[in-house]
Amino acid sequence: MTSAIAQYSVEQFEPLLALSEDEVVTHSYVRDVALPSGGTLALVTIDNGRDHTRPSTLGPKGLLEFAAVMDEQAARAQRGEIAAVAVTGKPFILAAGADLSKVESIPDRASGKLMAQLGHYALGKLGELGVPSFVFINGLALGGGVEVALNADYRTIDRNAAAIALPEVFLGIIPGWGGAWLLPNLIGIENALKVVVENPLKNNRTLTATQAFELGMADAIFDSATFLESSIRWADDVIAGRTKVKRPNQPGKIERAVKWDAAIGIARSMLEKRIGTIARSPYVALDLLKAAKSSDKATGFAAEDEALADLISGDQFRASIYAFNLVQKRAKKPAGAPDKSLAKPVTRIGVLGAGLMASQFALLFVRRLQVPVIITDLDQERVDKGIAYIHGEISALEQKGRLHADDANRLRALVTGTTDKADFAGCDWVIEAVFEELSIKQQVFAEIEQHVSPEAVLATNTSSLSVEQIGAKLQHPERVVGFHFFNPVAVMPLIEVVRTPTTDEATLATAMVTAAGLKKNAVITADSPGFVVNRILAKLLGEAMHAVETGTPFEDVVEAQRHFGLPMDPFVLLDLVGLKVGAHVLDTHHAAFPERFFPSPALHELAEAGVLLEKDAKGNPKGIDKKAVAIVAKHRPAGSQPSTVAELTRRLEDGLADEIHRMLQEGVVSSPEDIDLCMILGAGWPFQMGGVTPFLDRVGASERVFGDTFHHPPIRGSH
Amino acid sequence: MYWGTRADDLIVKAMIGLLERNPNLPKERVDDVAIAATTQEGDQGLTLGRTAAILAGLPMSVPGYAIDRMCAGAMTAVATTAGGIAFGAYDVAIAGGVEHMGRHPMGGNADPNPRFLAEKLVSGDALNMGMTAERLHDRFPALTKERADRFGMRSQQKVAAAYAAGHIQPDLVPVALRSEQGYGLATMDEGMRPETTMEGLAGLKTPFRPHGRVTAGNASPLTDGATVSLLASADAAKELGLGVKMRLVSFAFAGVEPEVMGIGPIPSTEKALKKAGLSIDDIGLFELNEAFAVQVLSLLDHFGIDDDDPRVNPWGGAIAIGHPLASSGVRLMIQLARQFEQHPEVQYGLTAMCVGLGQGGSMIWENPHYRGGRKGK
Repeated sequence: MTSAIAQYSVEQFEPLLALSEDEVVTHSYVRDVALPSGGTLALVTIDNGRDHTRPSTLGPKGLLEFAAVMDEQAARAQRGEIAAVAVTGKPFILAAGADLSKVESIPDRASGKLMAQLGHYALGKLGELGVPSFVFINGLALGGGVEVALNADYRTIDRNAAAIALPEVFLGIIPGWGGAWLLPNLIGIENALKVVVENPLKNNRTLTATQAFELGMADAIFDSATFLESSIRWADDVIAGRTKVKRPNQPGKIERAVKWDAAIGIARSMLEKRIGTIARSPYVALDLLKAAKSSDKATGFAAEDEALADLISGDQFRASIYAFNLVQKRAKKPAGAPDKSLAKPVTRIGVLGAGLMASQFALLFVRRLQVPVIITDLDQERVDKGIAYIHGEISALEQKGRLHADDANRLRALVTGTTDKADFAGCDWVIEAVFEELSIKQQVFAEIEQHVSPEAVLATNTSSLSVEQIGAKLQHPERVVGFHFFNPVAVMPLIEVVRTPTTDEATLATAMVTAAGLKKNAVITADSPGFVVNRILAKLLGEAMHAVETGTPFEDVVEAQRHFGLPMDPFVLLDLVGLKVGAHVLDTHHAAFPERFFPSPALHELAEAGVLLEKDAKGNPKGIDKKAVAIVAKHRPAGSQPSTVAELTRRLEDGLADEIHRMLQEGVVSSPEDIDLCMILGAGWPFQMGGVTPFLDRVGASERVFGDTFHHPPIRGSH
Repeated sequence: MYWGTRADDLIVKAMIGLLERNPNLPKERVDDVAIAATTQEGDQGLTLGRTAAILAGLPMSVPGYAIDRMCAGAMTAVATTAGGIAFGAYDVAIAGGVEHMGRHPMGGNADPNPRFLAEKLVSGDALNMGMTAERLHDRFPALTKERADRFGMRSQQKVAAAYAAGHIQPDLVPVALRSEQGYGLATMDEGMRPETTMEGLAGLKTPFRPHGRVTAGNASPLTDGATVSLLASADAAKELGLGVKMRLVSFAFAGVEPEVMGIGPIPSTEKALKKAGLSIDDIGLFELNEAFAVQVLSLLDHFGIDDDDPRVNPWGGAIAIGHPLASSGVRLMIQLARQFEQHPEVQYGLTAMCVGLGQGGSMIWENPHYRGGRKGK
């Protein structure tokens, strides 16, 4: 077999060392282990010397050290001193892949290519040692960590390894240290597609050890208590020929001839339908996986080098890393949050309302906070219905095995209903989910204030009203805070915590701590119309409806925003949020900012008629309903001119840049990072856009509108 | 070697090894788990028998407890569970012990009652095991330093020979260990000194008194270790097809003055022999714990056995491979069982050990491989 790594030489990586001065180096330590049947195993432990909160990562220094250690082992193998080489990690962690904190320091495509090549050069040695190589996957293995394992001849895995994944595509790159070629050739094309493309795009789903084993990513799985001992014994059995390794998922001739291209084709068309064609990395991954069918390993590695070099120096990867850091770091330390110690205890929850939204709140609060929750409504029938819904959901969780019977009993007992608001006495957190009308909200809060302590927090889930006005008639308005969820409540990770001019620090702190208790990410916003997410969506949807009302074809509107790469086009989004709600949101924003936001009389009529999308039998949208087109046409103002796609694109980009720039000047949130965090978590806007502001900077909208960029320097690639 | 390894992990790995080597045993058939440790705190605290059972993957239905009789912890675990079997309360039990002396130095956080000294219940020397060994030399002037050193040297040589012959390894459970050089695997005892000479021993310091006789060369070193054993009634062993290695005939514990704790095995052995209806001449193999050479020699002298009688510790003992307090009792059993296999001419064997604060423990075992007759010496 020809060498896959002869195409690289150690000297070429010299330039990378300059980029890695403060690298937290993952060292490679070697100890010899006597094998039961004689012979020596060189056991290599990769360890960055930190505890499990700083997983081992692989940078230039660490990779070069690994390569040097492998060269030594190859020399020892040549001399007949060792029978095999095995690699394992520090406790709980094999390796978490490349060091993402170093990404910004990769200056150009050439350096990106060197990083790809260095990974192949170092890890590829595991496949060319002259003796069998093993990786004992003792814990977390992500990205390059998995590729350490894939480059070896054999793998074992710890049954409790925390997570196994190739998340590269999620971050806008591809598994480029051998993963894209090695994985399909090890576990078959369909399984590889699942690991390389499908899972990363399902919100970066990871594999359990058992799943990884069943897919064929490891040859043996062992219990944690004696994982290393069992792995060494197994390795000895393999070396001695007592154990024959079977790989049922390894692709054979038939799979290559018949299944491979078809599977790629299916995956491609599903991807196009689901996420469009704007995000590059999934398609680059598909190309690499496709080529892995017939290319040899050296060619596969070289193809990965080129692909990784392209992506790593591109706009989408930089934006993705920015977005990833927002979600991983900024979301956990929300900007402007008061000290947690100021938070008031939340030991009893009141929910005003017993409708669907209120019941969903009650369910979420009782599940996450495990404190008594009381719901109320106008009459006993509605209350009973709410309680029945909550109990039903708890039972469903129990039946799915997601709740133990004891815990389900506990939760059911914690939820009660009443029609007497006096029963809310003792609640230290009350959230309302009543009809979206100021006087009603003011009234229920005023009523409840008679029964709860002056310190109890009153939270409103309003999406369109002024939080300050909702609390205006209270004796203690300082305990009112906005707590705006996104639908579906149980799933969407964002809460906009709205601070009014009167909200006090203790109340704000309580809201932030409560949001964290609900396992949601909270962003603090000012009390202005639409807060963050709805205002930006209203801008986009308003422009879209205005465009069609003025005669622009629906298709052109969809086309005009296609390069954003949003999860859905404006009309599908309207259908999802509900046409009535959409029309209402546009009205509110028009009322607040009449010169910049369009109302949509056509949307009101579409909502009345209940038509917009044409759908297939499964309910998937396949176009615009002809009736909807007719309704919209009726609302076309006389003499209005349709926009071209290019004009509309410019309007959308510039409109968003302008609105967001204004929001920052008004202080709705303190920085563009918070805008982006809201759009990613609350609206599912993609990583490759960086939320929205990196995108607006890189398409030039920011410069056009306000003569500057949101970010300094702008978040973009080097080519 | 085990500085980075938890004590409870040591016993758990030993238990997993035991279960793997007895695949016929349905795990839910274990009626109890008794695990000994002298210092029951930190990673040796929290009711070791129960925690180790859970960590070793035994079903939650299997109970467990912790036990302590200092050096005879594991032996006592065997005695109590065997007693439970004899009474009919158990069919199958697991008994063992662990001591991580690196993490838990002897007497670590102990707080002896002041009455011991105020009322002269014991002398100040009684709590220092080295001092009690020196006192044995005082009491029995025939037990010279030279005899003790020679016994120590022989222990080193015999262990080395047994390792070389591969007698020891089959009963070991390899343990992964973490070090600054990365992970490794412990596959044999650490700290053995097969190159020991009488001259070398003569020059060692006597840490317990100036010009004393007890040295690091004729005493057991501080070590970390764990041992575990499977006990079953005759019926259960037959039903489950468990390979029978030894049959427990009798056991006994006895107390002596704490100042001379090393002679404890003498009365306990006499007691055990009496219970078994046997005499010392019936014992074909001796596994005596070598806490100190002098204390083994005192027993041999008492029973009129030569210092280098081949029946005594044929594979050496604790002076060479260490005495991780509460685990040693089962190590004696493990070696005796393996020797029984090799000596079908031997019918009975003895395991015995001294215990801090003036005690001794002895167990008499019958060889299931016994074919009768005698092989000439």
